[in-house]
Formats: sequence, structure tokens, C-alpha cells
Amino acid sequence: MAKMTMIEAIQSAHDTSMERDERVVVYGEDVGFFGGVFRCTAGLQEKYGPTRCFDTPISESGIVGTAIGMAAYGLKPCVEIQFSDYVYPAYDQIVSEAARLRHRCAGDFTCPLVIRMPVGGGIFGGQTHSQSPEAVFTHVCGLKTVMPSNPYDAKGLLAAAIEDPDPVIFMEPKRLYNGPFDGYHENPVVPWRDHELGEVPEGYYSLPLGKAEIRRPGEQVTILAYGTMVYVAQAAAEEAGIDAEIIDLRTLLPLDMETIKTSVIKTGRCVIVHEATRTSGFGAELATLVQEECFYSLEAPIQRVTGWDTPYPHAQEWDYFPSPVRVSRALQQSMEA
Amino acid sequence: MSEFPPLTFNVPAPELRPGDTPDFSGVEIPRAGSARRPPVDVDPKEIRDLAFTIIRVLSRDGEATGEWAVDLPDDELIEGLRHMMRLRAFDARMLMAQRQGKTSFYMQHLGEEAIACAFQKALNKGDMNFPTYRQAGLLIAQDYPMKLMMCQIYSNAEDPNHGRQLPIMYSSKEYGFFSISGNLSTQYPQAVGWAMASAISNDTRIAAGWVGDGSTAESDYHAAMVFASTYKPPVILNVVNNQWAISTFQGIAKGESGTFAARGHGFGIPSLRVDGNDYLAVLAVGCWAAERARRNLGPTLVEYVTYRAGGHSTSDDPSAYRPKEEGDAWPLGDPILRMKGYLIRKGIWSEDRHTQAEAEIADEVLSAQKEAEAIGTLSSGSAPSARDMFEDVFKEMPPHLIKQRQEAGF
Repeated sequence: MAKMTMIEAIQSAHDTSMERDERVVVYGEDVGFFGGVFRCTAGLQEKYGPTRCFDTPISESGIVGTAIGMAAYGLKPCVEIQFSDYVYPAYDQIVSEAARLRHRCAGDFTCPLVIRMPVGGGIFGGQTHSQSPEAVFTHVCGLKTVMPSNPYDAKGLLAAAIEDPDPVIFMEPKRLYNGPFDGYHENPVVPWRDHELGEVPEGYYSLPLGKAEIRRPGEQVTILAYGTMVYVAQAAAEEAGIDAEIIDLRTLLPLDMETIKTSVIKTGRCVIVHEATRTSGFGAELATLVQEECFYSLEAPIQRVTGWDTPYPHAQEWDYFPSPVRVSRALQQSMEA
Repeated sequence: MSEFPPLTFNVPAPELRPGDTPDFSGVEIPRAGSARRPPVDVDPKEIRDLAFTIIRVLSRDGEATGEWAVDLPDDELIEGLRHMMRLRAFDARMLMAQRQGKTSFYMQHLGEEAIACAFQKALNKGDMNFPTYRQAGLLIAQDYPMKLMMCQIYSNAEDPNHGRQLPIMYSSKEYGFFSISGNLSTQYPQAVGWAMASAISNDTRIAAGWVGDGSTAESDYHAAMVFASTYKPPVILNVVNNQWAISTFQGIAKGESGTFAARGHGFGIPSLRVDGNDYLAVLAVGCWAAERARRNLGPTLVEYVTYRAGGHSTSDDPSAYRPKEEGDAWPLGDPILRMKGYLIRKGIWSEDRHTQAEAEIADEVLSAQKEAEAIGTLSSGSAPSARDMFEDVFKEMPPHLIKQRQEAGF
């Protein structure tokens, strides 16, 4: 075991995957020589050579388009989009091509491909470095969408994503790269080395896609969260003094509905927290599913705490970010209903 | 007040519209045999002229002339003609089948048969095409079973795509024919990526991307050109300029100056412009580009100058936007008639043999059609199961899809 930041864990997942399988190739903007603007691919070009880890032109549709061709050839590309905010030029390639290839030709060609991208705000990135576009991918049939919340999960889930036979969108909450973040931005960041989930095996391991993890068992209310919001939810539950069960979804699609259902049937209450904008956000899907599966167990209306339906602002970042205060208010409302 | 006059806005328009008399006198057609054939390792800046001329082999008199004329065995020449004839006969039957309600949609190749039929002969087993919807000649030229193509068109129980894709969106890994998407130019960067993978894997196989004149305007086309110029993978980048993108003339995608081939120069990619209605010229240029790719010399851009003599698809009526007789006036002629004339002049073909071949091919196509229709058409017979639509979204069906399939009652 080693102490790793989320960045080091992601780098290690690349490294162990490339070592185990020579079909794995890694590329993107600034990914090769420099090792990525967040350093998630540091040292890979030096170790595996420029044919397996290289820099690309600034062209997201080119990055994903070529990766689909490589995947169809039989390689296993794992490409980086520098910020999820820049993925939209590749959206056609992802939606119309990667996600549909297996289906449209009945498996004659397939697309085992990982598209990694940092997501989320809290770094004063403004509207072009802060978005959480998970719902534009979960809405697309044929894609798996993953968002880890800690180094241990990030490494294991990325290894699984690379091994997966289908395209996987792998979203990395950049506010968590160096430590868990509870939403109190005035406080110094707690480094991963002081957190149990910063303990990461150096060698290969993988974690199954489609399995949620209960971060905090509780009896009174279920909180559904993923990425950065897992820690915000923890802080909020503590503050509110509510015995919340916090579920870290880890994979949004396929969703671990069994874990969600068991919890909500037990607690009878559900609060959904995500950083992305609210309308048609993934929380809407979660709320509907909970309603469909657990309606007769519900004691209170399902609550959503999310980013506002505005572009992610710069100066007003902390008024936008779903704070522990907003989450605890929702928890209290749920308890009082 | 500006010292300049008011600005005006330029919207290119074709010179002729319905009712006008077709006139291609402004289209410069170089003499067959006049273009030089450079060595495959030529510096792209030495051959800029080849992106503006038209490489032609077959002359008006049915002679093969010039440096690009290759000596093919008689049987291969005749086979080439027969492939084009078969594609045309196939198109005719399937157009009729669509009119009869046996399928929803069809796209024909009329006037463009030489391009895919000849190009395929430049490739080897294992190479991969990333075709658009108007390259069925790539399959026909490999004797891919027409019955399977028809099963796909009819979306019947033996459709290799299980009825999931629009008619003519074939897929065959075995025949080096990548699954057609139907989205435009998306497969151009994929062809480049496939070729990059081949080079990364130290393989010997090459790829070919295909795009039409209109869709060169898509950003994916330019992304593919950037990646091809950067990594120099073994890929042939084909642009089929058939003059029309549905109702939009090629001047809207390209503007009113330059050529599609000339765009390769900005990327440092050797670029050739070829007579797309000339089977021998297409084959010669295809072989030149393929040799460059196999020798690790990198990508080649090829523009095929042709004319879409039919409608864009069965949903299109070209008489609404261009003169009806324009196709007949097209100065590069009909690819089948030109090849036929060449073979007759060469003494290895005759009017009688041609008529006989037409009848044989019509029989072949008809018997394939009967076999396919015995299985089913879109409107009758055996269809793929509804249950099947839930398969292959993922390799393993996730719980939510299993649930939806149950809900749907399959």
C-alpha cells in the first residue's frame, strides 16, 4: 500500500493497465511529454514510449474520433479531455459513434474506449473549467458513466473502465484531486495522505462498475451523492446532527439501484445532492427512480440540492456551489416533513 | 462615415437551375494521359499541380493513355466492368423494391460506380474502409453476397445488423467495410485512428476514409486532416466530389475557388484530383496512394471528380433544383460506357458480350433478391425479434435494460 493523491492513483491506474496490456494507449492534449495539466499521465511517455502515450492537436472530436477507430482496430485507448467543459466538440463522436457502434452493426465492430475528464468547480475556474456534464452522458444509451470520489476508487474504477468492452465516460472531480473537500473553502485542504481512502495498493486491482458504496451507514435519511458532494454531504449530516446514510454512487450508469432501494426503504427519506445544474440533471432521474421503487416507504418529499440553473459563475462560485449549509437545510426539511 | 462603400454578402449559387440548358463548358477537362505520375515518395510541394488538374487515363476514343495507364490482365479489366454493371443492376432492383414498399429507403450510385469498384482493387485483405452511404461498390467488388446486402436493406431476419440500422448502412469487418454510421464525416477521423492503431501495432494494414464534397465542411473532416498530417498514419483520405450535396451545389462547401484536393496542401498531405468516372484512373491513383501508405510514407488525399446522376436518396427529387438533363451533359461521361468502349476497342469485349453480361447480371441480382425476399422484406416475412433491440447496447445487458425489456413484454 502507498499513500496516493487522486492524481497519483489515476496515474497508477494508467501505469498498471499499460503494463498489463500492451493494447492500452493513452493520449490527449498535453498528456505526453508534460504528463497532463493535472499530471494524471506523468511519466507514462517516458516509461512506455511516444507510441503509447502522446500529445495531440487541440481537437476533441479528433481525439475521440481517432480513439474510436483505434478501438475498432483492437487497441484499448484511454484518452483525456483536458476539462469536461471542452468535451462538447466530441459529443457527436461520443453519442452517434462510440455509444452506438456495437448496436448498429450487431457487434461486428465494438468500441472499448475510456474518455477521462476532470469535472466540477470549487477552483475558481469560471464557466469553462467547472462544469459537471454527467447528465448529458447518462442520457445517452450505450455509455457507462463513472465518477469516483477518492484515490482508492479512482484507481480501481479506472482499471475496470479500461478493461470494459464498451465506452466509458470517466469523470474526475478536480476539487478532490489533492484531498477530500467538504465545501468549506476557507479551510485548508485535508491531504489524501491523512485519509484512509488515500491508501492505495501500488499494484493492479479493479473495482466493479455499477456498484455504489455506503460511505456512512445511517437510519434517518438517505443521501444520494457522488464525487465532491460525498464529502459535502458528510459535513452537512454532521452539522445537522442527523443520522444520514450516505451513498456514494460511484457509477451513475449502470446504476446500483439495489443499494439505493434498500437504503431508502429503510430510512423513508431521500436527499439527492449534485453539483451540476438542476433541471434535467441526474438528480431528476434519481428522484424518479426512488419514487418508482420506494414510493410506499417514503415519509417525506424527495429533496434535491444542486448547482443553480445558471452558468458556473466565477466571483460567485461559493454562492453557486451546493454548500453543506444548503444540504443540511434540505436534511432538516426532509426530517420535518 | 466610412471611406469605404457598404459591404455586400456573398452566397455562391450554381450557374444553372431547373429549366436552364445544361452547360459544362466552363469546367476544364484536361486531356487523358496529360497528368504526370510522380514517384510515391514525392515531396507534396512538388505536386501541387496534381490537386488542380484531373488525372485521366481513358480518352474519349476509348484509349488508355499516359503515365497513369496500368497494364491489367484482360480478365481483371472485364471483371472491373462487370462489377460496375452489377452495382448498377443492384441499384435498379433495390430502387424498384423501395418503390414497391419492400423497404423504407434506398441510395443509389448512378454515375459513380467506378470509384468504389476500382478503389477496392487497390486494397488488400485486412485493410479497412470507413465508407459513406455511397460506396457499396467496395462490397460488390469483393463479391460480397448480394443476398446479405438485400437482407440488410429489407431489415429481415437475416439482416447482419439485426434490423437496427437504416437500409444500405452495411457492416462487414471480414470484408474490410466499417459499419456505416449515417452521420456525415464522423468516420473520417476514425479511419485516421484505425490507421494510427495499425502503425502503433507495427502492423502492415492500411485504412481508407471516405467523405462527400458537401461533408468536407464538417469539423470532423478537418480534425481528421490535422491528425493525419501530424501522425502520418497509413490512410487514404477519399473525397467523392459528385457536385451535389442533396440540393446544395459543391460551391457552398468549398466556395468558388480552389478544389477539394487543394485543401490537402495546407496540411502538407500529397493530394491528387482524379477522374472519378474513369475506372483505370481511379485504380491507378488508388494503388499509388496505397503504396505510399504501405511504405510508411503517410496519408494521401484523393478527390474523385464525378457527378451524382441520380437523386441523393429515394426521398430526393433532383429536378427541383438542377436541370434535368445535366447528368447527360456531364463531360466525364458514364463510367460503364467508357470502360465498355475501352474493352471493345482493345478487342476483348463486344456489344453482344455486353448485352449477354447485362442479362447474366440481371439474373444474378434477381435470384439474390428472390432469396432475400423468401426470408422477408420490411413489410412481410420474417423480421428480427423485438427482443433483439435490447441486445448489443452493451456487451452485457445492465439491470435497467433487462427491466425495460420485461416492461416492453419481450
